[in-house]
Amino acid sequence: MADKSQICSIWLGSETGILKGVSLSKKQAFNFCEMSSLSRDQEVCVMAWGDENESEVLVGSVNGTVKTFSTDKGIFTGSRECGDLSQGRFTGLAVTDSSLITCVESGLLKVWKEGSTDTVEVNVGSGICRMRQNPSQRHRVATGGKENPLKVWDLERPDKAIFTAKNVAHDWLDMRVPVWVRDIGFISDSDKIVTCTGHHQVRVYDPSTSQRRPVLEAQLGEYPLTALSLTANQNTVVVGNTHGELATLDLRKGLMCGCLKGLSGAVRGLQCHPSLPLVASCGLDRFLRVHSLEDRSLQHKVYLKSRLNCVLLSSRELESSSVDVTGDVEEVKAEDDKDEDEVWDTMETVTEKSKKRPAEKEKAAVTGVDGKKKKKVSKK
Amino acid sequence: MDATKLSTSESVSKKKGKKAKNKVKSEEKPVVEMDTESEVKEEKSASGATFPPTFSMSEIKNKQRRHMMFIKLKQEKRKQKLELKKKRKREREALGDEAPPKEVPKTIENQRVYDETTVNPEDEEVAFDEGTDEFSAYFNRLTNPKVLITTSDRPRTRTVKFCEQLATVIPDAHVYYRRGLALKRVIPQCVTHGFTYLLVVNEDRKVPNGLVLCHLPDGPTAHFKVSGVRLRKEMKRRGKEPTEHSPEVILNNFTTRLGHTVGRLLAALFPHDPQFVGRQVATFHNQRDFIFFRFHRYIFKNEKRVGIQELGPRFTLKLRSLQKGTFDSKFGEYEWVHKRHEMDSCRRKFHL
Repeated sequence: MADKSQICSIWLGSETGILKGVSLSKKQAFNFCEMSSLSRDQEVCVMAWGDENESEVLVGSVNGTVKTFSTDKGIFTGSRECGDLSQGRFTGLAVTDSSLITCVESGLLKVWKEGSTDTVEVNVGSGICRMRQNPSQRHRVATGGKENPLKVWDLERPDKAIFTAKNVAHDWLDMRVPVWVRDIGFISDSDKIVTCTGHHQVRVYDPSTSQRRPVLEAQLGEYPLTALSLTANQNTVVVGNTHGELATLDLRKGLMCGCLKGLSGAVRGLQCHPSLPLVASCGLDRFLRVHSLEDRSLQHKVYLKSRLNCVLLSSRELESSSVDVTGDVEEVKAEDDKDEDEVWDTMETVTEKSKKRPAEKEKAAVTGVDGKKKKKVSKK
Repeated sequence: MDATKLSTSESVSKKKGKKAKNKVKSEEKPVVEMDTESEVKEEKSASGATFPPTFSMSEIKNKQRRHMMFIKLKQEKRKQKLELKKKRKREREALGDEAPPKEVPKTIENQRVYDETTVNPEDEEVAFDEGTDEFSAYFNRLTNPKVLITTSDRPRTRTVKFCEQLATVIPDAHVYYRRGLALKRVIPQCVTHGFTYLLVVNEDRKVPNGLVLCHLPDGPTAHFKVSGVRLRKEMKRRGKEPTEHSPEVILNNFTTRLGHTVGRLLAALFPHDPQFVGRQVATFHNQRDFIFFRFHRYIFKNEKRVGIQELGPRFTLKLRSLQKGTFDSKFGEYEWVHKRHEMDSCRRKFHL
């Protein structure tokens, strides 16, 4: 189990309660669960990394438990009760400095401190769809939901939100535009926040300015956008909707760059790799797909037999074992070149001598004349 | 020109084929090889002397003559094909037991691209998934099916008759007039009245063309395209009206995970226990992503022979989308959506 979990670079949570690990290099998927004790109330709602070096995965289930899974050991190392079914599903899970932040649909945001049982509670309003943590300022979280506008909370001063977004102006029929924040993303190196809504809008807010309305708004498609993820260069964002359409959007202008094809079901989880131009998506069609953002092609497709709810990418190279192999090969080639140059220098022009290495012999046979071919060899 | 061509072709092939060829060859053998080749070439050029070597049949402007040439070409080809067949059959008989097995012709079903979502019957995870999904209440015999059949607004005769006939096929089905009601408001009322299915027949241009099948407490909604509807009066050699007995249900060829879901959706329309006294059977046959519905009455004449009579309406369905949750086409989450340009690009790839 331990070796299986150590090679997995993508972690997924499914509706059946199974935590799945996928290793793209070995093209294998593993289930980490107890097959006998499966039940639907262990359905995974949220997942998060437990620590900085990504050795622990926190899995939040419908019945209110948050389980810790160790990727080194390959087993669940602990679990804690962080709520129950009456409060709704988990909509966000985050970790700061040895405390756990959870948020449920009914709006109860709780900070659970390690060891002690006292919690800091904040009521963020009802109907929450998503809670996300700012990766650069880890004590700040943003929440949003159905008829619940985007709010940014500082957990050190939890009584009032730092920033509450204002709804856009009435539309051309002079009717109130409904609010439904489905997913939130923080743009690093700045205060800006991107949200995608159930009314197929992507909005960018800037709390550092005095404007509480969105700085940028873009309409995308006709179906609710369910998931959002920022790319490695913070200018583009990938969004997915309930029809399985993935699109990349440029945040500077608000124009769509392109679509990623292949999904046939609603997108439930989406994450871009922190350094590589890859995006992993999972959804109701029971597949994990990894697309490349440069040419928008499908790189990997893995069938995982249950509907998938969330996906977590590890920051390390996704195909790490193959990278090592190529490194060795390159080193060997370099050695060859150096030796060959020396040999060329010391060798006389007679062609029959070289019995040292078969590679040399070929080259000797090929070259009648020194000068021209020598240049070719050195270019290699 | 034609006459000469006929004569040469006659001499080569018409006169009992091989024998003529052998004779020609044996005549030419004693002569030097080079000469025979040149002679053959000359013969050929003589027969084609009337036509230049780059001649194509389409260049003849006279339609009748062109047509005659084409007919002759087809006859030649057919003849050669028959000869080849006969030759193969002779060889096969000559070899007897050692003959290689007969080759199976390629069909689209044979060449189907392997779908990785094909369900393995021993798979535990899929078994658990199916055991606890939205249909588990029906398959664990906790509920009995009760179907509400309705149409889109202001239906025409054909659709109305189709709904009535569907109601005779599906036991415990009730037909209601739509009256322009919104489905999202109809659904909670159905749930309170204990219905397990909502079936909406959509009509376009006086003919039913769509079907929305919604499993009721919170179950998936399937949207099908309906084609090839034949009502009872249009069926030839049909039997009498179907009786009230519950029919048996046959589901053919639903192999993939999506196919399993759709198969379960269709199976849950009918009561658990068929009444074999009624000798009625409803078949949902999936082939190339089209689901063919037939309703028959059977009778066993003896142990091995069965007679069947087709009763009831006949139609084909094609799945357009499967949505999780009850009917909500705008805000619902789709489990599978048919995307023509992505999914229909390969003729050998099917999803059900």
